[in-house]
Amino acid sequence: MDARLSTEQRELRDAAARLAGDLGPGSVRDLADADRIARLEKAVAATGWRALRSDGASGVEVALVAEEFARGLVDVPFLGPVLAGDLRPGDAGDAQPWTISVRSEAIDARIQRVLAVRDGQILTARTGAELPGADLTRVSAEVIGPLEVAGQLSGEHAGRWLALALAVTSADMLGAARGAQALACDYARIRAQYGKTIGSYQAVAHPLAEGLALIEGSVSVLRHAAWAVDALAPPEAVRAAQIAKVYCARAALTICETSVQVHGGIGNTWECLAHVYLRRVLASAELFPVGLEEIDCGLS
Amino acid sequence: MDYRDSPAEAEFRDRLRTWLAWRGGRAGSFPASGDDYWRRQGEWHQALYGAGFFGLSWPREYGGQELPPVYDVILDEELARAGAPPRPSLGYLVQGLGRHGSAELRRRFLPGMIDGTQRWCQGFSEPGAGSDLASLTTTATLVQGDRAPGDSADDDGNDAEYVVHGHKIWTSYSDVADWCLLLARTDPDVPRHRGLSAFVVSMRQPGVEQRPFRMMNGITTEFGQVLFDGARVPADQMVGAAGEGWALAMTIVGHEREPAELGYSARYGKLVRDLVSRTKGSTPTELTWAYVQTEMLRLHVRRRLSERLDGVAHGPEGSLDKLLMTWVEQTAGHAALAVGGTRDPDLLSAYLYSRAQSVMGGTSQIQKNIIASRILRLGG
Ligand SMILES: Cc1cc2nc3c(=O)[nH]c(=O)nc-3n(C[C@H](O)[C@H](O)[C@H](O)COP(=O)(O)OP(=O)(O)OC[C@H]3O[C@@H](n4cnc5c(N)ncnc54)[C@H](O)[C@@H]3O)c2cc1C
Repeated sequence: MDARLSTEQRELRDAAARLAGDLGPGSVRDLADADRIARLEKAVAATGWRALRSDGASGVEVALVAEEFARGLVDVPFLGPVLAGDLRPGDAGDAQPWTISVRSEAIDARIQRVLAVRDGQILTARTGAELPGADLTRVSAEVIGPLEVAGQLSGEHAGRWLALALAVTSADMLGAARGAQALACDYARIRAQYGKTIGSYQAVAHPLAEGLALIEGSVSVLRHAAWAVDALAPPEAVRAAQIAKVYCARAALTICETSVQVHGGIGNTWECLAHVYLRRVLASAELFPVGLEEIDCGLS
Repeated sequence: MDYRDSPAEAEFRDRLRTWLAWRGGRAGSFPASGDDYWRRQGEWHQALYGAGFFGLSWPREYGGQELPPVYDVILDEELARAGAPPRPSLGYLVQGLGRHGSAELRRRFLPGMIDGTQRWCQGFSEPGAGSDLASLTTTATLVQGDRAPGDSADDDGNDAEYVVHGHKIWTSYSDVADWCLLLARTDPDVPRHRGLSAFVVSMRQPGVEQRPFRMMNGITTEFGQVLFDGARVPADQMVGAAGEGWALAMTIVGHEREPAELGYSARYGKLVRDLVSRTKGSTPTELTWAYVQTEMLRLHVRRRLSERLDGVAHGPEGSLDKLLMTWVEQTAGHAALAVGGTRDPDLLSAYLYSRAQSVMGGTSQIQKNIIASRILRLGG
């Protein structure tokens, strides 16, 4: 039994963190910087990470990149193409990425080509008009036909795919929560009131301390879920991923809300990045949502 | 990364399962909480040790097996599954004595501590010194042996002793303890953290008075007050050097905060399993949430114990784990209420007892202070 990352996995995580740190938005204004987005798009495309799954990488690697990309608010498609890649193994040579549709909506819809899963079939379609949504870093869109059958999906593969989707959306929430936590801690160290930095007040410091504990707990459940995607039978993998999703969603929401609160007035403005993390968490919680009532507390 | 058991781990798990089942479900019917548990904890400890399932990662020299730390999580998981009591939570005392005690003290005291033939308690807290432990006022004063002249063969200081005066409180299992790891002030004239020393004091001597407490759930065997009035301790039972008591205390409280060390994830796992088996129809959301939390803690302990393979040093991170553990226990407490209401005495007791987790071993507020100042560096 060993829950540690391998050296290669740690290197992948660090490389993803570097890329996101260099080219992700450092401010709300950066979100509108088309040049930056173009450079980010080029850099992400060059890594080949969107094809991690079709290249045979494990759920753990995909989750690590997803987490770091969310922490750095990477605003070019990743989750959509990487989940599409799982449906089209061996498609790595195809330079144009695909994204996926979830409940008849295309996610990460800055991509034209969409894969939908319905009744054990993989269908191809195209993205249509953008849909309203919370997320400022990713867009969703309508799915337009014609729908064409591109392949079959076995029950086993469908189960694994769901587990992967739950794990990577959990990783996305964890990453965004870590970003929001760091933002709040940085602010608490510099903002002074009553002649002292606000971080020195327990009423500010304690929720931030709780946030870090929630992050550690999230890392522990998520890592197991990401490993389980490939290592356990699909029903068990889905179960592990549902637990991760429920835990990470609650933790991430709490952490982002704390981040808004710690920023005071500025935290409630459009200009503060806190809501960008919060919005990303809301969007990823809603993608492949899991409610407590779905969790099986069965005694194995 | 592989969360599965290695062949050796699987073999160990099988053996453990067989033993737990062989005890004819006795392990399952062994009291896991309340006064009955504390009363029979020594028996449970010795049974577990005797069968080769306790002290797994500790040095062979003292009765351990030097297995990798992850074997402890296998133990926790299987105890929870069998509905057995948790493993005795001694890890922090073993670490404290192991790290700070001389070779002589380790040889003398660790084997009995680990095999369960000798019981221990921890005498740190005082009425006036709780969170602010360094303000403690119990004193240990050096006296030369007061035997009659000529009584002893030589007078080279071997019979030097300390005399202890003071009032300890919240001392868990003090009523059954043979030994107390005591923190006392040996030098009142230096800055307060530096005047403290640690001792192994016999609890079975004149000058030690016990006053048990009744906890709010009614149990009387969890903790008590201990009054030291002229109790004696040989000078060679000082742990570490004079003035090094604070360092030992920090080692102990650091480990006392870790679910990996305490094995409590087994206790919560068992409670949640019991609750699930009692529910008919739909599961209350409080219980499902408690289940999710216990799974989180189980996986967290797996991660932490895996990290120990890299020799990760202990620091303030233990406070993060203590907070997680506290939330799990208190969520499980709420689940117990949701399932049993207040009419089931065991479940009510589990709920009431869960409230202590955010106080014992350093309160949640103190853990958050530590995280905020030492990890997040928020100032203050
Ligand atoms: C079940 C149980 C078993 C125990 N077993 C042992 C044992 O075996 N040996 C032993 O030595 N001790 C033991 N303790 C004692 C325990 O460590 C203390 O109770 C704990 O450290 C708190 O000290 P106190 O009770 O004096 O509370 P206080 O320190 O008086 O705290 C009262 C309240 O004030 C808060 N507070 C205090 N200081 C601060 C601060 N700086 N910032 C924010 N909030 C603060 C606390 O969080 C708490 O809510 C046990 C306690 C319990 C409940």
